[in-house]
Amino acid sequence: MTGTSSIPGVHTEPSSTTRAATGLLLYLLAGLYFGVVLVKSEAASWYRIQEMFRFESFHMFGLMGSAVFTGMVTTMLLRRSGLKSRDGQTIRVTDKEKGWRRYVFGGLTFGMGWGLAGVCPGPIFVLLGAGVWPILVVLAFALLGTYLYGVLKDKLPH
Amino acid sequence: MTELLDLLRSPWPWYVGGPLIGLTVPLLLWLGNKGFGISANLRHACAILLPDSAKPSFFRYDWRKERWNLMFAGGLVLGGLLTGLIFANPDPARLSAAGVQSVQELGMQVRPGLVPAELTDLSNPGVWLLLAFSGLLVGFGTRYGGGCTSGHAITGLSTLQGPSLIATVSFFVGGILSANLLLPLFMAVIR
Repeated sequence: MTGTSSIPGVHTEPSSTTRAATGLLLYLLAGLYFGVVLVKSEAASWYRIQEMFRFESFHMFGLMGSAVFTGMVTTMLLRRSGLKSRDGQTIRVTDKEKGWRRYVFGGLTFGMGWGLAGVCPGPIFVLLGAGVWPILVVLAFALLGTYLYGVLKDKLPH
Repeated sequence: MTELLDLLRSPWPWYVGGPLIGLTVPLLLWLGNKGFGISANLRHACAILLPDSAKPSFFRYDWRKERWNLMFAGGLVLGGLLTGLIFANPDPARLSAAGVQSVQELGMQVRPGLVPAELTDLSNPGVWLLLAFSGLLVGFGTRYGGGCTSGHAITGLSTLQGPSLIATVSFFVGGILSANLLLPLFMAVIR
């Protein structure tokens, strides 16, 4: 984590290179899957997001509720089954950092942005694929916002 | 043939889409114990783009270890291309009557597509302002809050993380405030 650890490729062994490439391809396919679902379920639709934040339809609530329920049950089953991950490791879930300040303040800030242009990070990428070029403005400023957090991090309550 | 095309183009109800979204969590755990989240890509992009001399310590890490996440984002773009452009739904989203009315009250029309034309009209300087402000909040907020909808609301809640519940409730409070107060204000000015 300290400044100088940026030399790439040091740990890669030749034998694992192919496996790593296949792995990366699988993540691309997983992203493709998720992107398709985001559009087909209309979670990437500005209209649906507005409807949700105005409590005018059940659609998004049903969507998120059933997503969380499914994720919860299948993750539990996966862990209970004792199945190893593709690379042979025990399935484990990384715990989020404790605390509440960052989640409240950061969450509010992100929520404000989400409700305004109706895009969260997933849909930003999906919309680019769909050819909605003005979303590049959102992306550029989202990168700027991320950079600003990196600059101000130590001055903010966490 | 046209029936197949219709099928490919038509949207899915929530009870089909929701469970399919939820399956992403065990899928990524199985693929390599990855915690599913998309906003981290914005951090990786900063780590890649910033020159070393101008890099805050937050961006000094080996982003190459996180390439999987960038590939995942690349997949999202492909998914958008496939379903949002090639097999785009020719009909507008089937909003509730109240939803349609709200959109019209904002000075917009419900048309086919994922984003209203009024919000992507870059000849209007106000639209630039809205998109830029929204992006800034999204980028800053997701990093400060340590995740976005996928990381907290889907993955975090699915894996019973207390902090993610706090974050998700906060997302909604922020979203309700801006959709009901800030956006109408913005639209009144930029229309």
